[in-house]
Amino acid sequence: MPYLDHAATTPVHPEVLAAMTPYFTLEAGNASSLHASGRRARRAVEESREALALALGARPSEVVFTAGGTESDNLAVKGIFWARRAADPRRTRIVASSVEHHAVLDAVEWLVAHEGATVTWLPVDERCRVHPEALREALGAGDDVALVTVMWANNEVGTVQPVEQLAAIAHEHEVPFHTDAVQAVGAVPVDFAASGVDALTMTGHKIGGPKGVGALLVRVGVECTPLLHGGGQERDIRSGTLDTPGIVGLAAATTRAVGTAADRSGRIALLRDQLVAEVTKVVPDAVLNGDVDHRLPGNAHLSFPGCEGDSLLLLLDARGIECSTGSACTAGVARTSHVLSAMGLPEDRARGSLRFSFGDSSTAADVDVVADAIGPVVERARGAGLAAPRG
Amino acid sequence: MRVLAAMSGGVDSAVAAARVVDAGYDVTGVHLALSPSPQAHRDGARGCCTLDDARDARRAADVLGIPFYVWDMAQRFAADVVEDFVAEYAAGRTPNPCLRCNEHIKFAAVLDKARALGFDAVCTGHYARLVETPAGVELHRAADPDKDQSYVLGVLNADQLAGALFPLGESRKADVRAEASARGLAVADKPDSHDVCFIPSGDTAGWLRERIGTVPGDVVDAAGTVIGRHDGAHQFTVGQRRGLRLSTSAADGAPRYVLSVTPVTGTVTVGPAEALDVREVLGSRPRWTGDAPTGRFRCRAQVRAHGDAVAAEAELVDGRLVVRTEVPLRAVAPGQAVVLYDGDRVLGSATVDATSPG
Repeated sequence: MPYLDHAATTPVHPEVLAAMTPYFTLEAGNASSLHASGRRARRAVEESREALALALGARPSEVVFTAGGTESDNLAVKGIFWARRAADPRRTRIVASSVEHHAVLDAVEWLVAHEGATVTWLPVDERCRVHPEALREALGAGDDVALVTVMWANNEVGTVQPVEQLAAIAHEHEVPFHTDAVQAVGAVPVDFAASGVDALTMTGHKIGGPKGVGALLVRVGVECTPLLHGGGQERDIRSGTLDTPGIVGLAAATTRAVGTAADRSGRIALLRDQLVAEVTKVVPDAVLNGDVDHRLPGNAHLSFPGCEGDSLLLLLDARGIECSTGSACTAGVARTSHVLSAMGLPEDRARGSLRFSFGDSSTAADVDVVADAIGPVVERARGAGLAAPRG
Repeated sequence: MRVLAAMSGGVDSAVAAARVVDAGYDVTGVHLALSPSPQAHRDGARGCCTLDDARDARRAADVLGIPFYVWDMAQRFAADVVEDFVAEYAAGRTPNPCLRCNEHIKFAAVLDKARALGFDAVCTGHYARLVETPAGVELHRAADPDKDQSYVLGVLNADQLAGALFPLGESRKADVRAEASARGLAVADKPDSHDVCFIPSGDTAGWLRERIGTVPGDVVDAAGTVIGRHDGAHQFTVGQRRGLRLSTSAADGAPRYVLSVTPVTGTVTVGPAEALDVREVLGSRPRWTGDAPTGRFRCRAQVRAHGDAVAAEAELVDGRLVVRTEVPLRAVAPGQAVVLYDGDRVLGSATVDATSPG
C-alpha cells in the first residue's frame, strides 16, 4: 500500500535502529556522568555530534541537540530574539517569511503577543519563492531587526528558497539569519558553513531517524538565550539529560541520508514526475503547485479544482493510499493553508489540494496505484464537493 | 455496506459506532467540528464540539480500529442552527436547536456528503428505533423511555431516515455505559451532555443578551396592567415562573407564569397557571417521516423532548398543521416543535406558530 507521506515522517532505517539499540540497554550511561559508563555514553554523543557536523558542513561545537524540529525552531526564534534584544534594545523586529512552519510562525506570533516584538512578514510569489529584493525592502535600515527567519524548503509545496542569498542580505545589516531546514536535509545539498546561515533547524524523523530528537546548528559567536534551564548540557543553550540513543540515531540517519541523497533524489524526483504526469493525464485540470525548478525532489503538491482536500484524503485512505492535505499539524480540522494563501492561490484551489511526498520506500508501483485510483476518487470527491459546498 | 459513524466524543455515539463495526459494516468515524474556534470551548463537558471531545472521539475510533476524520461543519452550523436560534429568540420564540441540527446538519449536510463519498448511511448515538416495513423505514420511540430521542428526530423525512442508523434504539443508557466500559472505551464514564452544545457556560440568557442586546420592556398581566419591568424579553419563555421579579403579587396570591412574549414591544404577559393550558396548536413547516397524511387523523402530540404525548386530532389545512388535543397541553411556546405519534411511531412534526385555549 503506497505510503506517500514522507514529508510527515519516515520509518527508522534498520541501520539506524541497529546503531541506536545498544544505548538503550548495554550502554545506558548518562553522558554527563564522570564514571566509565558515563564516559562511554559521552563518547557516543560526541562522535555523533562530529558525524552530524561533518554531514551538514558545520563544526561540532555548533551542534545543539534538541527534542526535534519544533524545539529547534522555538529555540532559534525566541532565543536569538531575546539575545539580540538584550544586546541592543532597539532590535525588536523579526522578519519572517509568510510560509514558515507553525513552529516558527507561532513562536514569532508569541513574541509579538508577549514580548513586545513586531514582525514583518515576507511575501512569496505564486511559486512560494521569497525574493531577495523583498527581504532587502523589509529590512530597511535594518538596525531595529533582531532576526530574519526563512525556511530552506517549504513543507507543504516543497519550494526551495534562495537561502544563501537571503542570509547574505541579512548579514549586510548585521542581522542573524535562521533557517528551518527540516525538509531540506537529505533532500537537497545543505552545507551550514557555505550557506552563511547563523542557525539551522533539522530533525531526525524525516530522514529515517527516530522521532523526538533533532538539532539546532548555531554558529559560534551567535548568542542564543536558552528556553530550557537546568544542567546546561548543550553549551548552556539547552538543558536536559542527553538522549544518547536518540542522538546516535539522529547522527546515523543524517550521515546515511546525506550520503545517499544524490541517488535518492534522482530516483524519487523521477517517480514524482511520473506521478504528476499520470495524475494530470487522468485529471487534466489538476494543477501542480509550487516551483518546478526550485523544488524538493520528493514533493508533489496538486490542486484538484471542485474537490475538498479532506474528501480526497478520505477516499484515498480507504484505498490504502496515504498522503496529506498539508502539514499534519493543521490536519485535524481543515483550514485553508497559510502557505497557499500567501502564494495567492484561489480559495477553491487551496481547499482541493493534496501533498504526495516520496522517500526511500517509494516505488513505481506506488505511482501506478495512485494513477489507477485518482480518476474515480476525484470524480467522487467532486460530487461531495457539490453536495456540501464549503463543508 | 459503508457506514459513516458521527462521533461526538460521548459514550452513546462511541457505542453506536462499535455496534455497526460488530455488525460487519465498513465503518468510518467522523467528528463534526461545529464551533469556529474549538479551543474557546476547551473546558466543561457540556458541549459536543470542544477539542477534548474531538480527542475523545478520535480515541474511541482508534480503539475500534476505524478511520477517523474531523469534518468542519462550523459555517453550516452557524448559519443553519446558531443564527436560527438567535433569530427565533429575537422574535420572541423558543427554538429547539437539536432538531435544527438533525434536520440541517447531521441528516442533511453530513448525510449528503457521506452519500456523495460512497457511504450508504450515517450512524448516530440517538436513542430511537428504525423499523423496516414494506412501505419504507419507520421512526419509532426508543426502548428506554427515559432516553427516547425520537422527538428531536421528528423533523426527518423518509429519505433521511433511509440513510440513518440508530444502533442504540433497543438499549438502556445504563447498559450502553456498561458496554462502553466492557469494550475499553475511555468515554464510558463521561457525563452526558446537557443544554445547548454551543453555549458551553450553560447561561443561555447571558449568551443571548450578548447577541440580541438588552431591550427593556414591561411585564403585564392578562388585563394589560403593567406590574413590572424586565431588561430583555429573550430571557423569558412561555411557562416560565422564575426570574420575573414582580413588585406586586397576584390578588389571589397564586404564582404567575409567562403566558406570552411579544417581540417588537418586548412585552411579557404573565398570568396564572391555568392560563397556560392550550388545546389547539397551529404549526408551520410540517415534516413527515413518510407520506403526508390527508384529512383529519387521530394521533398523539408531544411538544417537548421529554414531555408526555397526549391524544389529539390533527389535520393539514393549507399547508399548516392544526392539532387539537383531548386534554390540555400546558405552556406551549411558539418555536417549539409539535411531534405527532401513532403509538410509538413518529408521524411527523411542525414548528409551533400559535396556540389557543381551544
